[in-house]
Amino acid sequence: MWSETTERELTTAPLPAAVAKLLPIPSELHALQTKANAMTGFLKIEKLGKAYQSDKPVFSDVSFTIDKGEFVCIIGHSGCGKTTILNVLAGLDTATAGHAFMDGREIAGPSLERGVVFQSHALMPWLTVRQNIAFAVHSRWPDWKKPQVNEHVEKHVGMVGLLHAIDKKPSQLSGGMKQRVGIARAFAIQPKMLLLDEPFGALDALTRGTIQDELMGIVRQTQQTVFMITHDVDEAILLSDRILLMSNGNESGGHYVPGGLAEVVVNPLPRERTRAQLHHLPGYYDMRNHIVDFLVSRAKAH
Amino acid sequence: MKSTHLNLRAAMVSLLMFLVFLGAWQLSATAPSVAGAAKAGMTAEEVEYLKMMGKDPGAVKSTGFPPPLEVGKAMVGHLADPFYDKGPNDKGIGIQLAHSLGRVGLGFLLAVLVALPVGFMIGMSPLMRKAFDPFVQVLKPISPLAWMPLALYTLKDSDVSGIFVIFICSVWPMLINTAFGVSAVKRDWLNVASTLEVTPLRKAFLVILPAAAPTIVTGMRISMGIAWLVIVAAEMLVGGTGVGYFVWNEWNNLSLVNVIFAVLVIGVVGMLLDLAFAQLQKAVTYVE
Repeated sequence: MWSETTERELTTAPLPAAVAKLLPIPSELHALQTKANAMTGFLKIEKLGKAYQSDKPVFSDVSFTIDKGEFVCIIGHSGCGKTTILNVLAGLDTATAGHAFMDGREIAGPSLERGVVFQSHALMPWLTVRQNIAFAVHSRWPDWKKPQVNEHVEKHVGMVGLLHAIDKKPSQLSGGMKQRVGIARAFAIQPKMLLLDEPFGALDALTRGTIQDELMGIVRQTQQTVFMITHDVDEAILLSDRILLMSNGNESGGHYVPGGLAEVVVNPLPRERTRAQLHHLPGYYDMRNHIVDFLVSRAKAH
Repeated sequence: MKSTHLNLRAAMVSLLMFLVFLGAWQLSATAPSVAGAAKAGMTAEEVEYLKMMGKDPGAVKSTGFPPPLEVGKAMVGHLADPFYDKGPNDKGIGIQLAHSLGRVGLGFLLAVLVALPVGFMIGMSPLMRKAFDPFVQVLKPISPLAWMPLALYTLKDSDVSGIFVIFICSVWPMLINTAFGVSAVKRDWLNVASTLEVTPLRKAFLVILPAAAPTIVTGMRISMGIAWLVIVAAEMLVGGTGVGYFVWNEWNNLSLVNVIFAVLVIGVVGMLLDLAFAQLQKAVTYVE
C-alpha cells in the first residue's frame, strides 16, 4: 500500500495509533486521543464547522492535527471551506463550531506566532520591498534598532533571491517576485507556523515551479511547520508530508450532507525529492491518480 | 519628442487666442459711442445746464471700460509695490492676499483637523456612517455664505466668521472623501496588519492613512478649490481686508482697472493653490 488512506465512514472502527492521529476523531475515542495529541499535535483542529445558514453548514466535524516541522497541504474544490479553515487558523475568521489549538492554546485571534502568505501577496504598494518587510519585522520586535531590523530584512530578502530589487516598489516587480516578497515577509517574523493561502495560484507554470523549489528549500532548512492551500495536485505531492482532501457540501438523496475532511493521504515519497525527478519516483503516479480521482469523482458528486 | 511638439503647438494656439482676446478687448473699449448729435438747436444755457448735470452733449463718450494697456499699467503699479499700507481702505495687493490666504489657511486647517478624524471614524464604523449620514446629507448642500449671519451673531467677529465660513465649506468634501477612502482600504492590507498584531494607532497611521491618502488628498483639493471661491464672496460681505474686500472697494471707487487686476490675481492664486495640491496628490499616489 502506497499510503495510509482511510475514508471517513471507516473511522468508527478502532484504529492503530499512527493512523488515528491523521483522521477525524470519533467522539468515543476523543478523550483518549486528546491525550495522545497533546504529545504530538502541535496544531490541533477539533470538530471545526462553519455555517452561514445554520441548517446547511459549509463543512462540519473537521478534525486534524499537524506536528511540528510538518508540511500539510489541503486540496478541495472551490467553496469547500479550505480558505475558511486557513482563516480560522490565522485568527482572521471564526468557526461556528469546534476549536483550533496551537501549542496547547486556543486560537482566538490573529497572532505573530502564525505567519500568513496571502494569495494576492498583500504587499503595501506605497512601501518598497525593504519597507514592507521592515514593517513586519518592526511589528515582531518593536525594540529592535534600525540596523538590526535592516540586517534581518536583508537576510530574508536574500533568502528569496531578491536583494537586487530590495528598494523597488511592488508595482515594479513581476507576480512571482511579489509572491517571493510575501513569503520572505512571512518567514521574517519567524512564526511558529506558516499559513499559505494558495500562494502560487496566480503565477505562470515556470515561475510557480521555481518558487516551489525555493519554498521547499527554505522550509526544509528552517524546519518550518506549514499549512498550505493548493489546487495543484503536483504541488501538493512535491511539497507536503500529508495531503488533506476535502469534499464539498451537497444534497444527496433529499438531505444535505455538509462538506468536510474526506481523507488524509500520507505522502510516501522520500522527503529529499525534487521537482525534476518527482515523476520518476515509484508510487508517484498511484498517489497522483488517487488524488485526481478523488477530486473528479468523489469530492463533489455523491 | 511627439509630446513636446504637441505642447509647443498648444502654447502657440493659446497665445493666439490670448492675442485675439486682447484685440477684441482693445477694440470694444475704445469704440466711441455716438453722442452730441442733439446739440443743434439748444441755447447756450441749455448746453451749460446739461454740462452741469454731467451730460455734456459735446463730449466724446467712451464706454468707460478700461483698455488692456491701462490694466497692464495698473498691474505693473500694483506689483511694483504690493505691500504698502496707507490706512484701512488703501493697502497693497500683497497685504490683501496675505489676509485672504491666512483666512483660507486657518479655516482649511481647522477643517482638516475635524474632517480627518471624523472621516476615519465614519469610514471604519458602518454604524457611525449610517448615524452621520443624515447630518452630512443635510448640511453639505447649504451654501457656506448662508451661515454668515449666524456666524456673525454667535462669533461676534467678522474675521473669525470668515474663517468659520471657510471651515464649513471645506469640511464636507474632505469628510466624505476620507470616509470613503478609509472604508475602501483593501481587506488584504488590514489582514496583514492584524496578523502582524499591529497596534491600532500604528495601523491607522501606517496602513490606513497611506492607503486612503490619494482619496483624502483629492478631497482636500476639492475643498481648497471651494474655499478659494468662497473667501472672495465672504470678504465682500464682511469687508475690512482681503482680496474680496479689495474687489468690492475698487467697485465702490469705480476703478474697473483695479477690479480687473484683482480678478486676474484671484485666478492666478487659485491656480497655484490647485497646483500645490496636485503635487501633493502625485506624492501620495501609489501604483498597485
